[in-house]
Amino acid sequence: MQTFFQQLINGLSLGSIYALVALGYTMVYGVLRLINFAHGDVYMLGAYFGYYAARILHPYRVVPWIDTLAVMVASMVACGLTALLIERLAYRPVRHASRLTMLIIAIGVSLLLESLGQIVFGADPKFFPQLIPEKTWRWHGVIFTNQEMVVILVAFILMVLLNLFVYRTRTGKAMRAVSFNLDAAKLMGINTDRIISLTFVIGSSLAAAGGVLVSINIPGIDPLMGVMTGLKAFVAAVLGGIGNIFGAVLGGLILGMAEVMVAGYGSSTYRDAIAFLILIAILLFKPAGILGKGQVEKV
Amino acid sequence: MLSLKGVSTRYGAIQALSDVSLEVAQGGIATLIGANGAGKSTTLRSIMGLAHPHSGDVLFEGKRLNRVPTHRIAALGISLVPEGRAVFANLTVAENLELGGYLQKDRNKLKRDMDHVYEVFPRLKERLAQMAGTLSGGEQQMLAIGRAIMARPRLLLLDEPSLGLAPLMVHVIFDAIARINAEGTTILLVEQNANLALHRSQHAYVLETGRIIMHGPSSVLAQDPRVKEAYLGE
Repeated sequence: MQTFFQQLINGLSLGSIYALVALGYTMVYGVLRLINFAHGDVYMLGAYFGYYAARILHPYRVVPWIDTLAVMVASMVACGLTALLIERLAYRPVRHASRLTMLIIAIGVSLLLESLGQIVFGADPKFFPQLIPEKTWRWHGVIFTNQEMVVILVAFILMVLLNLFVYRTRTGKAMRAVSFNLDAAKLMGINTDRIISLTFVIGSSLAAAGGVLVSINIPGIDPLMGVMTGLKAFVAAVLGGIGNIFGAVLGGLILGMAEVMVAGYGSSTYRDAIAFLILIAILLFKPAGILGKGQVEKV
Repeated sequence: MLSLKGVSTRYGAIQALSDVSLEVAQGGIATLIGANGAGKSTTLRSIMGLAHPHSGDVLFEGKRLNRVPTHRIAALGISLVPEGRAVFANLTVAENLELGGYLQKDRNKLKRDMDHVYEVFPRLKERLAQMAGTLSGGEQQMLAIGRAIMARPRLLLLDEPSLGLAPLMVHVIFDAIARINAEGTTILLVEQNANLALHRSQHAYVLETGRIIMHGPSSVLAQDPRVKEAYLGE
């Protein structure tokens, strides 16, 4: 039972990272019907932007939570701007080409970011500065760290904010309209290019937050860290039902849980395998995902 | 108010419109009739910038619309009710209407415009919190028209508003169209139901395989033997 509760906490913290990254996949898929394979690498950039922000801000440290917030905001803004650039330079020019063209471009952007990362940041792992001094609590043998709690709490707050934005604001409404029917959204006077850019920016800053949060917990970062996390977050988005925001969160949490439970009760060797087993199972039995409604009929 | 001058539009290798010219005068209802695949929807899409003519001009109040992005054309005062309605099925009726008034930033005016829609279509008011996808076909058509007039357009383009509706519902919709027109909105109506369209409009154009083959006052065309034979089934 003790192992179970311990893994529950670990799963929640890992799962909320997957959920944050999965949200970007699902939102971009919603507006462009594109699996943005470069998204995992944007998450990697988020960790590096956070790393440099933490080093630059180091002399001006105040208290842990303000430092963390500053580093996170800096990384989210930097990743948002990067995404704006990627969308404008790589995806917009091929928007009217076939979906396969866009997919190949996305893989190209992913390889480019990974290689650039190795050139600019160096291929060796870097150690993310400690923003929050670790404290641990024990409760019936279950260990809680304050770092894990921060990860879970911040991820939760970001998801609530995203939800408020998408369901309570005029721009959020426009985003849902674009994702349902692009042409009809244009007819409403919505500047759909701007909404698509904004979707990239929001999705990428959530990935950036994920990159910083994961580094608070597990401080080793490297230019290829986005590959596996990106794939798993993609599986999470498909599992929840791609295009569905709640689905991405649900998928992320399930995947995180599944992974740590396999590691806890079975063998760590198989922790990566479970994600892909889930992907195969979902594609066989419920291709639309848990909350997906199947192909939306476009008129 | 609106004029098309020698507009030709292609979809890939298919010539959808060839040298289409037409005029819509302010204040009236003009109609474009023709068989399935004649290019009626393409004409409306070419006006709205959803299809791009490779030659000819689309002019609205003297301003050239070619190459203007669709959302700007909407802001100039033209609304299109697309074929098949294209309501946002996963949004509520109220949200659909609010999106129709997307460019209206004054909340009070937005509220007033919504009240106006409820006056024209009282049925929508009972359905506000419902997802648009759960409405009946007729109600979806009401919503699509209501959403379009939320933008207070000066020109309303309607693509096959009678399509798939029961005769009674067709009357409700066409009475609403007449009312919207009487309130000052100019209308260009595209219809397969030529009989209905000719009776509800002042001026008509007949489109056949991408070309305008005839035009004139609707009452005259309704008596024309060729129109009678080809489109009125007499």
